[in-house]
Amino acid sequence: MAKKSSRREFLIRSVQSVALAATGGLVWSYLLRQQAHAAPHAIRPPGAHEEADFNAKCIKCGQCVRDCPYDTLKLAPAGDTVAIGTPYFIPREVPCYMCEDIPCVKACPTGALDPSLVKIEDSQMGLAVIDIENCLSWLGLRCEICHRVCPVQNKAITLEHHPRKISKHAMFVPLVHSDHCTGCGVCEKACPTEEAAIRVVQPELVQGKVGEHYRLGWKVDTPITQEYIPQQRKNEQDTPATGLDYLNQGDI
Amino acid sequence: MSTDSCTDNPNAGNREATKLGPNGKPVRAFVMPSRLTGKLKVWRFIIYRRLVQISTLLLFFGTAHWGWAIADEPILMGNLSSSTLLGFIPLADPFAVLQIFLTQHMLSTEVIIGAGIVLLVYGFLGGRVWCSWVCPINMVSDLAAWLRRKLLIKDCFIVSRHVRYTVLVLSLILSAITGIAAFEWVSPISMFHRELIFGIGMGWMAIIGVFIFDLFVLRDGWCGHLCPLGAFYGLLGKVAPLRILFDSPTCTHCSECVRVCPEPKVLNFKKAKEAKMITSGDCTNCGRCITVCPENTLSFGLRMQANRNQKSSHQSESNK
Repeated sequence: MAKKSSRREFLIRSVQSVALAATGGLVWSYLLRQQAHAAPHAIRPPGAHEEADFNAKCIKCGQCVRDCPYDTLKLAPAGDTVAIGTPYFIPREVPCYMCEDIPCVKACPTGALDPSLVKIEDSQMGLAVIDIENCLSWLGLRCEICHRVCPVQNKAITLEHHPRKISKHAMFVPLVHSDHCTGCGVCEKACPTEEAAIRVVQPELVQGKVGEHYRLGWKVDTPITQEYIPQQRKNEQDTPATGLDYLNQGDI
Repeated sequence: MSTDSCTDNPNAGNREATKLGPNGKPVRAFVMPSRLTGKLKVWRFIIYRRLVQISTLLLFFGTAHWGWAIADEPILMGNLSSSTLLGFIPLADPFAVLQIFLTQHMLSTEVIIGAGIVLLVYGFLGGRVWCSWVCPINMVSDLAAWLRRKLLIKDCFIVSRHVRYTVLVLSLILSAITGIAAFEWVSPISMFHRELIFGIGMGWMAIIGVFIFDLFVLRDGWCGHLCPLGAFYGLLGKVAPLRILFDSPTCTHCSECVRVCPEPKVLNFKKAKEAKMITSGDCTNCGRCITVCPENTLSFGLRMQANRNQKSSHQSESNK
């Protein structure tokens, strides 16, 4: 009898410890997930992988921060809005000046900042977005500061000429081109409005995606025929392009 | 610091002078020398440890903020998670690297070499040398432990010291599941250290947390019961050549060492007598026991010395 009850005790104790570990683990993983999703908007150093991979690989050593010659980068302290201990920068305070030798990437011991990034112009830390309601140029003044300070000159930000009515001068408005903008934030730093009218944000927060089934007839080099299959669907030939489906289902 | 530890044992004062130890010699209590030189000798390892801890912090801080360099190479760039010594020797926290590895991300060779170097160093010195000689939290938990002895605070409850191994396993499992290095994201050690070097945030709350927990709730609560990093290095400490040697014939079982030890279970006299040394990896090699031992039974030494002593004592026994 005694043996049986001690076995029972042992079993109960084991279950209890497992339950305790599991509860602790659940709370812990909840905290981790909360933290990891804390700041999808954080502007990371050049070469940073996509947020989830970056969070996993960054060892939080701050060597990128220390090797940054402009004191652009900082490590998020506990309680910050950015995931704890990870490097980021606030372009309006100090932007990235796009060093040609990219010392921050060289300093990274884990490869959280991708060492295959050799040309700083290829980096994408973020994407500059213009608030055209508050941009001086878009309001009709001559400003164009962002265009002039942009390190990827006349590629990332171009000036478009908007003719206006007689007796008013033409408008010269800045436009950002995502395939050239590195998100360095020099424009945001230089913007003379009270709150920057051009800001660097994570591209996925603002960028849409057309989808391959939309075909710009005047741009696509292949002739437009019914046989056209978008690139992504070449492998699964039977399924029609998803974007078209709902039009044929009688919902509309 | 160590004399008042006797208050942990209410019978300490009543010990009879005539009581004999297992070796037939009278049991003597540890007496703190009245002269400063004697006191300094008793405190020597605490002084050395603080020097190492503070100078490690200073090296990181000085390199980061005052541009300390030797031959134009920054001395110690980074922090305790990962750093570069003299511009080319990589160092990395092997436990952090292991967690990142478990998130299924490819690691660069630099950080793997760094972790290897650190593993080698602690593999020789004893894994938990990290805990008592380098870790900045040690100063916090030592202060809490000292205050606790002064204020005669008792534990709220008893927790097994094996809990840290559960935390260790959990942090590895959670790293694999959540895809981020689980302990690195909550570690008060990294938080404290990072913020000392890179600017203060809310990390000090973690330090206050450890302090209060250690002071009022559980003796050596964080370092001795929960910390998975200590548990990790403890596993390494089992094989380390540098050990506390135990010269059993001189030991009177006065237990002064057990009273000051932050990991009292490692001072298992029976095991120590057999092996001539402290075998447990949980020993932090802090050296407290060495300085309070009235019989000079304990000393730092290498595992091979203990083995040699063991052989010679076996021989002398067989010769009888």
